[in-house]
Amino acid sequence: METKNIMIVGVGGQGSLLASKLLGHLLLSQGYDVKVSEVHGMSQRGGSVVTYVRYGDQVASPVIDLGEADFIVSFEILEAARWLPYLKKDGTIVTNTQQMDPMPVITGAAVYPENLVEKLKASGAKVDALDCLTLAEQAGSSKAVNVVLLGRLSHYFDLPEETWLASLEAMVPPKFIELNKKAFALGRNQ
Amino acid sequence: MKELMLGNKAAARGLYEAGCLFVSSYPGTPSTEITEEAAKYDEIYCEWAPNEKVAMEAAFGACLSGSRAFCGMKHVGLNVAADPLYTMSYTGVNAGLVIAVADDAGMHSSQNEQDSRHHAIAAKVPMLEPSDSAESLAFAKLAYEISEKFDTPVLLKMCTRIAHSQSVVETSERVVPKKDYEKNIAKYVMMPGNAKKRHPIVEERTKALIAFAEESEINRVEMGGTGLGIITSSTSYQYVKEVFGDRVSVLKLGMVNPLPVQKILDFAAKVDKLVVVEELDPIIENHCKSLGLTVSGKDILPICDEFSQNLIAKAFGEPVPETRKLEDAIPPRPPVMCSGCPHRGLFYTLKQNKCTVLGDIGCYTLGAVAPLGAMEMTLCMGASISALHGFNKADPTHEGKTVAVIGDSTFMHSGMTGLANVAYNQSNSTIIILDNSITGMTGHQQNPTTGYNIKGDPAGKIDLEALCKAMGFERVRVVDPYDLAACDKAVKEELAANEPSVIISRRPCALLKYVKHNPPLVVDTDKCVGCRSCMRIGCPSISIKNGKAHVDQTLCVGCNVCAQLCKFGAFSSSKKGE
Repeated sequence: METKNIMIVGVGGQGSLLASKLLGHLLLSQGYDVKVSEVHGMSQRGGSVVTYVRYGDQVASPVIDLGEADFIVSFEILEAARWLPYLKKDGTIVTNTQQMDPMPVITGAAVYPENLVEKLKASGAKVDALDCLTLAEQAGSSKAVNVVLLGRLSHYFDLPEETWLASLEAMVPPKFIELNKKAFALGRNQ
Repeated sequence: MKELMLGNKAAARGLYEAGCLFVSSYPGTPSTEITEEAAKYDEIYCEWAPNEKVAMEAAFGACLSGSRAFCGMKHVGLNVAADPLYTMSYTGVNAGLVIAVADDAGMHSSQNEQDSRHHAIAAKVPMLEPSDSAESLAFAKLAYEISEKFDTPVLLKMCTRIAHSQSVVETSERVVPKKDYEKNIAKYVMMPGNAKKRHPIVEERTKALIAFAEESEINRVEMGGTGLGIITSSTSYQYVKEVFGDRVSVLKLGMVNPLPVQKILDFAAKVDKLVVVEELDPIIENHCKSLGLTVSGKDILPICDEFSQNLIAKAFGEPVPETRKLEDAIPPRPPVMCSGCPHRGLFYTLKQNKCTVLGDIGCYTLGAVAPLGAMEMTLCMGASISALHGFNKADPTHEGKTVAVIGDSTFMHSGMTGLANVAYNQSNSTIIILDNSITGMTGHQQNPTTGYNIKGDPAGKIDLEALCKAMGFERVRVVDPYDLAACDKAVKEELAANEPSVIISRRPCALLKYVKHNPPLVVDTDKCVGCRSCMRIGCPSISIKNGKAHVDQTLCVGCNVCAQLCKFGAFSSSKKGE
C-alpha cells in the first residue's frame, strides 16, 4: 500500500498532540507502519503548529511535503489556508471554522482573509468545515475541539467506530472519557 | 512489544536497556525529552545540571566511578561542553559514556544551525547517527559497547526530525554491567607529561575505529539500481528512500565519525555516479573527495536549512506533486509571549524608557518582536551580561540607558560568570534577571533557583538576591513585573545610580500548573475610546472589535497589565467585587 498522509495543523496550545497520538495508536493497531512528526519549542508559543502522520506498509520520510497530504485536519481556518499547498490534488480538508487572529492581525499589520471556506473550495479542494468549538462546548468542554475533529475525520475511514473509541480510551484519562466520546460522536455524525 | 515511540524517548529506552545508571543534562530543544524520559525510570539517577559543561563533567565522574553514564544537549550546548569533551577523548572512560547532541537543521528553535559532526572530528571521538526511533534505541545501546571496547566517550547525534518523530520500536530487558573504579594517574590526570602519552593512543584508537566502521553493520550497503549510488545518513536517508525506493544503491552510514575508507571505495566502484546526500556541511562529501573519488553533493543540494523528499526529488530531476495556494496573502502566525506572561510588563517598561536591551536565550527573546521590539541583541547563553559590560566599558555614554535581560535558568547556566566580571571590573551596568521560576522555553524544566529537582521533589534552592550581594552588588532589588509603576521606578532608579545594579523581575510563568489565575478582564465599551494604548503590549488576548478593545475570555488570565495602560478605566475584572 502506498503511504498515506494526514497533516494536523493549528495554533500552539490547541491540543493537536492528543490528535496525533490517537491517530498513531489507531493506525499502529491496524498493523500499519506509522511515523508521526511534530515540532516542539519556539513554535509552540501561540505560533502556527503542524504535525505529520504517515502510514502504510513501510514509511520512510517522517515529514509530509508539498502536494502530498491526503487529509489536512485543521483546528483553525486560517491554518487550513496556510497549509493548503501541502494538500494532494484530490485531498480533503477537515477544518474547524473557528477564527483566531494572529498577532500581525491583532496589531493591524495584516488582514485576516475573508470567506476562507469558499476560497478553499474554489481552489478545487474537498472541504468539510464545521464549527467544532460549538460542538465541543455541547459535549461539555471547549477543549474537546480536537476530538470533535477526529470524529469528523473518522467519517472518511473504513474502520468501525469501536476501533476509534478503543484508541480514544487508551489515550484519554478515564474521568474525561464520557465527555470525549460525546465530542467524537458529535463530530462523526454531523 | 512493538510501540510507537518518539526518537528521544527511544534513545532514553536505549540508555535504560544498556544499564545506564547516571544522567546529567541541560535542557535544549530538540534534545530535552531524552533526559525527561530517562527520569521516568526509577533505576536511573537523573538530574538537570546548571549547564552542559557541568553535566558532561558529572557524567564523566560517574563513568569514572564505574557506572554507565549519559548526558544530553542541543548542538550549541556541545560548544559549552567542548572543553571536557576534547580532553575526555584523551583520558577515555571506565564504564561507558554516551553523549547525545541534537542538531537543529532548519533552526526550528535555535540561534544557529551548526553541524555537530565538526566536534566529533575535532575531538576525535566516534559519532553514531540514527535515522529513526528503532535506531535511536539500538544505537544508544551500541554506543555503550563502542565506548567500553574502544575506551572513548561516544557521541549520539540526533536531529530535530529524528528526535521529534515517532516511529515503531521493539523494546527488550535491561542489563546493568558495572565496573570498579581503579586509580590510574597516567590515564586520568591530563597534565602535559601524561597527555603527551595519551595523544598517540587516541590516534591508534581512531585507526581501530575506522576498521570497525569498515566492518560494522550500521554502515550498510543497500544495492539497487547501479546507475546512481547515494551515500547518506540520518533523516536524509529516509528522504532518499522516499524518492528512489530501490531504484538506486545506497550506502547508509550509521557511524559518521570516523568514516570508513574501503567500504566507500568499494561502493563507489559498483555505481556509475556517486552523490552524497547530507544536511548542512559537506563532511562525507569532502571525505570522498579526499579519497580521490568524483562525487556530487553540495553542487546540487543546499548547505542551508533542512531537506525534505521534494527537495531531494527536485535536485535529482525527479517529478514532484502538483501544489496549489490561495491568492490571498496569508498573515504569518509567529510565536508570541503568552497571555499573562510576566516578561511582558518588564519589556513594556524598557521600551517606554527607550532602553537599549541586550538579551539572552529563552522565551523572553520574544521581547524583540513587534509590537514590543524591545531587545537589540541575542547571541548565546549568558552573553547579555558579558556583552553589556563591554558595551558600557567601551563607551560609558551608554551606561544610563542600556540593560541586560536574562532568565533565571540562563543566569544559572552562564550568567553568573558574566556578573562576576561586572562586579570585578566594575562597569556601571544594570542587569535584569527575569525570574519566572522555571526553564520556560524548553517546556518547564526545574533549575537551581526553583527549589525542585527533575522529578519535582524538593531540592537545593539558590537565593538570587544573596548570590548577587555576595558578588559585591550593593544595589539588588526585586520587582513584580505585573506592577508597571514599580517596574518603571526600579528601571529609572537603577539606571540613574552610579554603580552596578541587579533588578530581579520576579513572577512565575503563567503556564505553571500551580499559578492561580485571576478572572479574565472585560472592557466597558462606554469608557473605551479606542485609543489602542492597550495594544502596545502585544497581548494575544486583546484585539480591537468595532473600534473598541476586546478581551478574549478564554485566553485572558487577569494579569491586569493592560488595565494599567488605560487612561479611561475601561478594563475591569469579569468577577464582581474585584
